[in-house]
Amino acid sequence: MAALFSKENRQAFTEPLSLNNPVLIQVLGICSALAVTAKLEPAIVMGLSVTVITAFSNVIVSLIRKTIPNRIRIIIQLVVVAALVTIVSMILKAFAYDVSVQLSVYIGLIITNCILMGRLEAFAMTNGPWQSFLDGVGNGLGYAWILVVVGAVRELLGSGTLLGFTVIPQAAYEAGYVNNGMMTMPAMSMIILGCIIWVHRALVKD
Amino acid sequence: MIQKTLDKLRPHFQEGGKFSALRSVFDGFETFLVVPSETSKNGVSIHDAIDSKRIMSFVVIALMPALLFGMYNIGYQNYTAAGATASCLTMFLYGLAVMLPKIVVSYGVGLGIEFVVAQWKKEEIQEGYLVTGMLIPMIVPVDTPLWMLALAVAFSVIFAKEIYGGTGMNIFNPALVARAFLFFAYPTSMSGDKVWLAKDTWFGLGNIIPDTKTLATPLGEAAAGLTPSGDFWQYCTGLMPGSIGETSVIAIAIGAAILLWTGIASWKTMCSVFVGGALTAWLFNIGGLENNVVANIPWYNHLVLGGFCFGAVFMATDPVTSARTEGGKYIYGFLIGVLAITIRVLNPGYPEGMMLAILFMNMFAPLIDYCFVQRNINKRMKRAEAK
Repeated sequence: MAALFSKENRQAFTEPLSLNNPVLIQVLGICSALAVTAKLEPAIVMGLSVTVITAFSNVIVSLIRKTIPNRIRIIIQLVVVAALVTIVSMILKAFAYDVSVQLSVYIGLIITNCILMGRLEAFAMTNGPWQSFLDGVGNGLGYAWILVVVGAVRELLGSGTLLGFTVIPQAAYEAGYVNNGMMTMPAMSMIILGCIIWVHRALVKD
Repeated sequence: MIQKTLDKLRPHFQEGGKFSALRSVFDGFETFLVVPSETSKNGVSIHDAIDSKRIMSFVVIALMPALLFGMYNIGYQNYTAAGATASCLTMFLYGLAVMLPKIVVSYGVGLGIEFVVAQWKKEEIQEGYLVTGMLIPMIVPVDTPLWMLALAVAFSVIFAKEIYGGTGMNIFNPALVARAFLFFAYPTSMSGDKVWLAKDTWFGLGNIIPDTKTLATPLGEAAAGLTPSGDFWQYCTGLMPGSIGETSVIAIAIGAAILLWTGIASWKTMCSVFVGGALTAWLFNIGGLENNVVANIPWYNHLVLGGFCFGAVFMATDPVTSARTEGGKYIYGFLIGVLAITIRVLNPGYPEGMMLAILFMNMFAPLIDYCFVQRNINKRMKRAEAK
């Protein structure tokens, strides 16, 4: 049991959360981070979907890594990812239809997410299933928390709500406060992302 | 006298002095008031007597006519809307009272950020904000709340200037970035027909005007499909609703004369903006767009309406963000004029295209410069080979 949580395994999980964050350090997966973060709810769902898909595609590819012929490995990885994306998309349609409508094509586009392919190529092809699973969860969560922060800032300042509940009191609006329309535009998520990277680099010295 | 006071104060602000934390502030004020005492320490270099702080002061002076007229116009619009009569001086004082808080907020927030950054990076205070701080209150509608102004100033100073490395390094004109921020973040407070009127009393001057009173700019009316009110003469003098500094072509022309006379602004950029705008507007005039009211505004009116003049004189010629090669200035200015009119005519969502046109061309200025420099290099290479 101790081996399950050895130092390397723990590192595979914790490193992508901050020190080697896929969004903050490697600057991957930016397009979807821009597209789905206007509201908090789709951002959370998107983050979770990517976490689940990264984790399980990592496990599957890691399990069959020794049988994959090197020359067609990308195709095989894509098939695995595509299957998982389809399953997640169907589950969302069945149980969270509203969110899946909001996310529209972006769930399908997880298949092209650079984080996924990056982890499969760089980690799952050379490591065991349990470690790959931890790495996938870590990277997925590392991606998810950025999305959640950006989504929360944009929804709070852009619409005055969080998860659909009004947060900014009516009195503020009567005093002349106005929601910032720019926050609902994709351009602003780029700037918020830039600020998060700025703060992160200032705090985490490496 | 100023020099003496400063000399007496200086030791306090140097390393180890009482106020060494405020060193950059002291430096900033000193060099603003008098010519800096430092000379080049090594190598061969000659300092021009006019440094960038003097340039900034000239631009601020050039802005004065437009600003003063803008203040008068604020009062004029308020009293006219209320149906009251008042002397010119009362109108001007009212405008002054409305305008002063905006200028104070703009300078307070902007310079505050500059001071903090300069102190933090242990640099001299950069003087670029002197002009920006005056421009920002002049290019917003009069009814813009102060907190929005403060937010926009903070946004533009941090994200359009300090991020790029401060004065002289920015790609985009910070004043226009502030306006663009307001325009996209708070569209209802930046355009439409309710924002061009100061509606409260200030220090007993002015009239309270109900919120329902509307006042549309000629371009706003045209974009809404109505016939724009006013005629060429009125557009020139500027007694019409609009952003504070942009309405009077005559006041802007005085500013332009100052800028050209001191050689700060390039006449090439300025003229080619007008040529580009006139040509495009004329093409739209004869282009047969029957149902588009904006396209049918005569070309000479296009040039004096909205922010076209103000943008051409004070924004497009910004030496930092415009093209720097002599040939490039023609292309840069010409395309600003073309784009501004095109946006006005073809996009009903944006009654005024000057801001977006200049920001857009700011982005392409380095590319234009690159092409011209490269062309020169090629030409000289050929000449060298021919020999």
